[in-house]
This record gives sequence, C-alpha cells and structure tokens, in this order.
Amino acid sequence: MRVSKRATSAIALSAAAALVASGCSSGDGDGDAAASKDGSIIVHGVQPENPLVPSNTTETGGGKVIDWLFTGLVEYPNDGGAPRNALAESINTTDSKVFTIKIKKGTKFHDGTEVKSKNFVDAWNWAAYSPNGAQNGTFFSDIQGFDQTYTTDPDGADGPQKAPAPTADKLSGLKVVDEQTFEVTLAAPTAVFPTKLGYSAFMPLPDVFFTQKPEEFGKKPVGNGPVKFVSWEDNVLIKLTRFDDYNLRDKMKIKDVDVKLYQDETAAYADLLANNLDFMEVVPTSALAGDKWKTDLGDRGLSTVTPSTALIAFPTYDKRFQNPKLRRAVSLSINRQEISDKIFFGTRKPADSWANPLTPGAKPGNCTACKFDPATAKTLLTEAGGFTGEMVFYYNSDSSHKDWMDAVAQQVKTNLGINARAEGVPTFAVFRQNINAHKMSGPYRAAWQQDYPDVENWVNPLYITGGSSNDGLYSNKEVDALAKQASGAPSLEASHEAFSKAVELVDQDVPSIPIYFYGQQSGHSEKIKKLELNNVGEIDITSVEL
Amino acid sequence: MGRYLLRRLLQLVPVFIGSTFLIYWLVWAVPGDPFAGKCGERRCPDQYVAFMTEKYHLDQNVFVQYANYMKNLLQGDFGQTFSQRDIGGIIATAYPNTLKLALVALAIEAVIGLGAGILTGLRRNGFLDNLVLVSTLFLLALPVFVVGFVLQWLLGVQWQIVKPTVSSEMRWSELIVPGFVLGSASVAYIARVARTSIAENRRADYVRTAIAKGLPMRRVVGVHLLRNSLIPVVTLLGTDLGALMGGAIVTEGIFQINGIGREVYRAIITKESATVVGIVVVLVVVYLVMNLLVDLLYAALDPRIRYE
Repeated sequence: MRVSKRATSAIALSAAAALVASGCSSGDGDGDAAASKDGSIIVHGVQPENPLVPSNTTETGGGKVIDWLFTGLVEYPNDGGAPRNALAESINTTDSKVFTIKIKKGTKFHDGTEVKSKNFVDAWNWAAYSPNGAQNGTFFSDIQGFDQTYTTDPDGADGPQKAPAPTADKLSGLKVVDEQTFEVTLAAPTAVFPTKLGYSAFMPLPDVFFTQKPEEFGKKPVGNGPVKFVSWEDNVLIKLTRFDDYNLRDKMKIKDVDVKLYQDETAAYADLLANNLDFMEVVPTSALAGDKWKTDLGDRGLSTVTPSTALIAFPTYDKRFQNPKLRRAVSLSINRQEISDKIFFGTRKPADSWANPLTPGAKPGNCTACKFDPATAKTLLTEAGGFTGEMVFYYNSDSSHKDWMDAVAQQVKTNLGINARAEGVPTFAVFRQNINAHKMSGPYRAAWQQDYPDVENWVNPLYITGGSSNDGLYSNKEVDALAKQASGAPSLEASHEAFSKAVELVDQDVPSIPIYFYGQQSGHSEKIKKLELNNVGEIDITSVEL
Repeated sequence: MGRYLLRRLLQLVPVFIGSTFLIYWLVWAVPGDPFAGKCGERRCPDQYVAFMTEKYHLDQNVFVQYANYMKNLLQGDFGQTFSQRDIGGIIATAYPNTLKLALVALAIEAVIGLGAGILTGLRRNGFLDNLVLVSTLFLLALPVFVVGFVLQWLLGVQWQIVKPTVSSEMRWSELIVPGFVLGSASVAYIARVARTSIAENRRADYVRTAIAKGLPMRRVVGVHLLRNSLIPVVTLLGTDLGALMGGAIVTEGIFQINGIGREVYRAIITKESATVVGIVVVLVVVYLVMNLLVDLLYAALDPRIRYE
C-alpha cells in the first residue's frame, strides 16, 4: 500500500472511482484539440522518497509518477470496476495456479527497446530476491519458489542474527516461453492473482535497469507508459513529456506535464487559486472547514469518493480487549454520522461495511457493528463485565486526526460511561514503531487503502492470522479457513462469495471498527477543460484536455 | 590584527567539532525508528530494514557513527540521505537559494529599518516617529507565518500582483515579498535600535561641538552622528544573516522555496543525522564567519577600537 506523505500517516487520501457524476469535470465538455496537442500542465506533487523504481515505491509521491511512466499487464478502469488487460494480450488459466500470460507485440520502452516477456520475468525476480531490499518484495509471495529467493530474519531486523542467504536468485515459478509469452506458477491457487498485476510492483523493467545500480536507474527511469521521463530536480520539479511511440489505449492528449514538488500544501493551494497550478489532488484540510474550498474554487472544484477507510483497531493481544462483546459495545457507541457531519463537513461518509463499498466484491452495509445504538452498547458492556481503568485511543498527531479521535473518545465516554480519552503520539514513525512492536495499550487509529481493487485485499492483510497489516494480532481459525478457501477459489465470483462469509465472522468478532470512508476534494485550473480521476483518485493524465 | 584573526580562526575548530557532535547526537536521540513509518500501515519487510540499517551503519553506536561521518566529511563526502541522494548535492543546490533569500531580507532590513530609524531618530515625537513606533510594534507582535500567509493571500491570490509562490528559477524580483516576510521582525528591531542610538548620540558632546564649529548639518549627521550610531545596528545585521538563514524554514515553506529549511525539517522527521549535520555545519560556519566580520567592522567604524 502506498502512503501519502502529506497525510504523513494515514494513507493516500486517494482511491478508486472516477468523478462520480459524469466522469469529467465541469467546464465546457470537450477540449480544444489544437490547444491540447502542444499544451502543458503543472500538477501538484511531493518529492518521491526513493529513486523511481516500481518495486521499491510504496508512497504516493513517487507512486503517482511511476503510474504514468509504466503500463502493466492489466489496468484498473477509472470507474473502479473489474480490471482489464492493458499490455497483456491474454491471461489464461484453468486452475488459478498456472497462468499463461501473453503480452501485446510491438510495444516499446522509452529507450526504444521492445517490451518482451523476459522484461517481466527479470523485473519480478529482481524484486523477489531479498538481498535487493525491495520494499514491495513480498508482493511476489504468491509465486512458487518465493521462499527460496526471499529469506527473512529469524529474530526480526533489530535482532543480532542476520537472514540466511537465499538458496536461489530466481523464482522457480516463472518461465519465459517465447518473446511474448511467459508462464507463472503459483505456490497455491490464487483467484485474485491477475487483479494484482496492475499494481506498480509488477511493472516490467527495461534491460538497461540490470546494467546499472537501481538508484541510478531510479533517478532517470525508463518506463513503457504513455508518459516519458525528462528530468528531475530534487524538491523542485519532475518534468515529463508525451511518449510519442506509445501504441496502447491510453495515449496522452497533451504534451508536457510538470510535476511541481511542494513541501507545503497551503502554498500549492494558493497557486491553484491563482491559476498558477493546474491540478491539486487533495485540497488542504484547512480549506474544507465551512466549505471554504467550494467558495474559493467554484466550478473548478471536484468532489469524489475514494475506496479508503479509516478504522480504529483493537490491540487484541491486550487482555482487556479480548472480549468481542466489549469491542462491539465500543463500536456501537460511536455516532459515525455526527462525526462525518460535524468534523468533516460531510466530506467523509460514515462507514457501514467492512470492505470499502467501491471495491469489486465488497458487500455494502455488511458491518452490523457500525450502527449507532447506545442502548445495546450499554447492555453488551454489562454482559462483558464492564471495563475497568482508562481506555486511551491513540493517534499520530503529525497529521490531522486529533478532532475526530477526540470525538470518538468523548462518545465512548458519554454513551458507555467508560473513562475514555484520546492521546496523540508525536510522529507517525514512533506510532508505527509501537504498533509494529505490539506495544499498544489502547485502541488506535488505522487506515486502509486497497493495493488492488478486490475484496481479498480488505480481508487477507487485515484479518487473517499473520496478515501483513494485522497489527492487532486478531486470530480466528474459522476466518482463516474461509479466507484460504476464498483465495484459492477457481473463479473471482466464487472467491467473492466465500470472502463475504469470512467477513460475516469478522463482523461478529469486531477486531477493528470502521469509522468513515474517505472522500476527496480536488481542484483544477481554468486551463483544463476535461479530466478524469483514476481508480485511486489520482489524475488520469491521459484524459486531460485543454 | 593578524594575531587576533588567527586566534579567532583557531577558536572555530573546537566550536565546529562540539556543535556537530551535539547535533549528531541530538538527532540520533530523537525517538522513533527511521524505517517504522516508511511503508505505511504495513510494517516494512525485514529485508528492507536490514538492508538500509547495514548500508547506513545504523547498528553501530552513536560515537562510531559520528566518527565515520566526520572521517567522510573531512574528505569532502557529506554522505547520502535514506533516499540515496547525495547530501553534498542537496547542500549545493539548497544553500544558494536560502542565502539569496536571506540577502534579500537583509537588504530590505537595512534599507527600510535604517531609513526609518534615521528619520525618526532625528525628528523624535513627530507624527512619523509615532507612526513608525506603532507599525514596528505591530510587526513585532505578528508571527512570521501570519505575515507570510496574509501577504501571500492578499498579493498573490486576491490582487494577483505577484505569483503566490516562487518559481524554480528564483528570480530576484520574486524574492521581494518572501524577503520582506522573513525580515519583517528584524526590520522593526533595526528601526528601533537605530532610532534610539541616533537619538542618544544627537545629544552627545561631539555632535554639539560639530554643530558649534559651524559644520553643515549634512556633514554632522552623515559623518559624525551616523558612523558612531551604527555599531549596534551592524551587530544586529551581522548576526541576523545567520539567524535569517536558520529561521527561513517557515518562509521557505509558505513560498515554496527550495532551501535548506525544508531539508532540515524533513531530515529531522526521518532521523537522518547526516543530512541535519551536513546542513547545520555550513550554517555554523556562516554564523562564526559573520560574527568575526562584525567584530572586524567595529574597528572600521570606530577608530578607537583596535585589535591586538
């Protein structure tokens, strides 16, 4: 998952679904083809944390640029629907275990070399080889042979022992068949595997990547997408231009894109108001108060919903939070509608389902614990034997979470009579360090944005035993079994059906409590006549017309 | 004079070592694991953490880390950030920008502050004097970020006289507003110090003598009065350059200037000792050199001051 640096924390406040209303912004419909052809725009960005290597990018600053520079096997439609083939000609499987992937002929990298099947195989092998230290390395864990190329440190990164050297440097499950075809064998059947292929970790890399240091490549990346890299001045500007030899669906209509790297979103917002910046994905929180952004921007403002959810997770490793009745009582005592209206001015929607409803396979309204029912909550609390001591809700105070976390604590206090309060942890780094070390002594803020659009991504990482983001150490054998069965289902439909059963069990246990679904408020300049947002709320650069 | 200079230069060495170690240690002692928050709501793969820890020697104790750092620094290698950018390169691009901004601020301070100070010092208790008193009080009371946001909104967004942020070319003309914001508090100080100093010296014996001798007023004020009154002002201006460069974090943020402020801020948050020290080392040198220059300027301004 990518982290937005601006939210210093949370998640990219961005996610699925194109502009809800029309798929295009206001303005006068279609742009002027001539103006677009040589036109250029300046969009808001932040300095990428790392050199631009797809499998080593986990934050939105770099991720946005990576998404433009590279085209993967599949793409996620702007309206948030099921993925479709992009670079892939076909992805065939009979058992969800062995996939034969054929790529389109005659597409090129920006350096002129052709995109061949080995560019995928080499790139994936590189990322899955643990000594390369790729941040997205674990995305390849589905593939057979991953346990030989990717070894983990027996006592964690802080311990004295070092991870053993991998016994293989290539995934045994990857096989090049011919220039356009390769075969992927997974360790176990995984229905959602083709859906994952649109995530940036799975992008192909040109031959030139393997002849230099990754960080050198990342400072002048060579991709295969609609947009070509020109230059990158740290903290100032990333210059991009149209790749004229691009021959897939999404060709750019304008010529140049400058990503201006802001350190302060208020500065960017001032530029946007003065038409000095052409697109800002998320207007600052300060502009949301009293709907100021609507007055400021008028018909240049866009509002959309995004498939990200803010949650409060319980540390189930703490004895006091092991009773599901207590957890449900806390959840039922929170008035989500009021938080959405009073604190977020309606820009966030009260959560009523476990997976974000914009995600394919998610069932809307399936969170029975998300209702506001103080009477039942009180009864449940009594049945659970009450709660002694102080219940502290934790959040990271380097991002704007104080208001709503205070409100949550206050509601728990008022409606349940528990001595509750919210406490900020100074930085996201310290906050995450405590969470990673399982040292939280109270419920804490969390947020989740899907990596790829499928309900699987809302269950496996969060609620199965040992899930990559199951930080509260929730564990239910039945959920594990159902989720495993769902992951290995022969078709996506069957998989979604099975996952919804697993979610019903999660709903009984309430290991975390969904609070609100994120919304996104963006703005553009008068120059842009047409634009769409992609499935994670980023600007679809290829749709822009002037 | 030569010996004095040498002694002062030698003093720089312990100050330099002491301050760099202190800063290195302080950043090292900031709580938080630099890689804990890097992968969002998911913990970073151990392999990634191990790779970075080894690469940056973070498993060593702070003294070894500092010794390693100094060894490289003396060879001209500032090291790399956690995102593998050369810190030397960052310093080379960011410092000129901050220096440019600070110089503009200093020029604005000197012109406006000194001008207002001289005018009011010569004509005390007039309308102008009261106007300057009230307006400087106002400037002193306002925090820099308030002045910054108000001017940005008024001039950049509402009236659209200037662009709200500074472009990557950093033209001098674009720096006038940010420079004023950065120097606003100092303008007020300079005006007040200059005013008091001039008002006091106006009544001094040598001024009365000069007037009694029948010297033209222009010469009395320009040569006798000003030269003697400038010592406290020069002290203020000289040390202010360092303060302005270090204090530019807020202004740089508001006006989107690629200076050292944002790098220091980012580096402190991510616990990159090497970056913080690298940038601050240069800042320390600026401070020390400016202080030395100010001391030498005293002698030029007041012939009674001599250095042995």
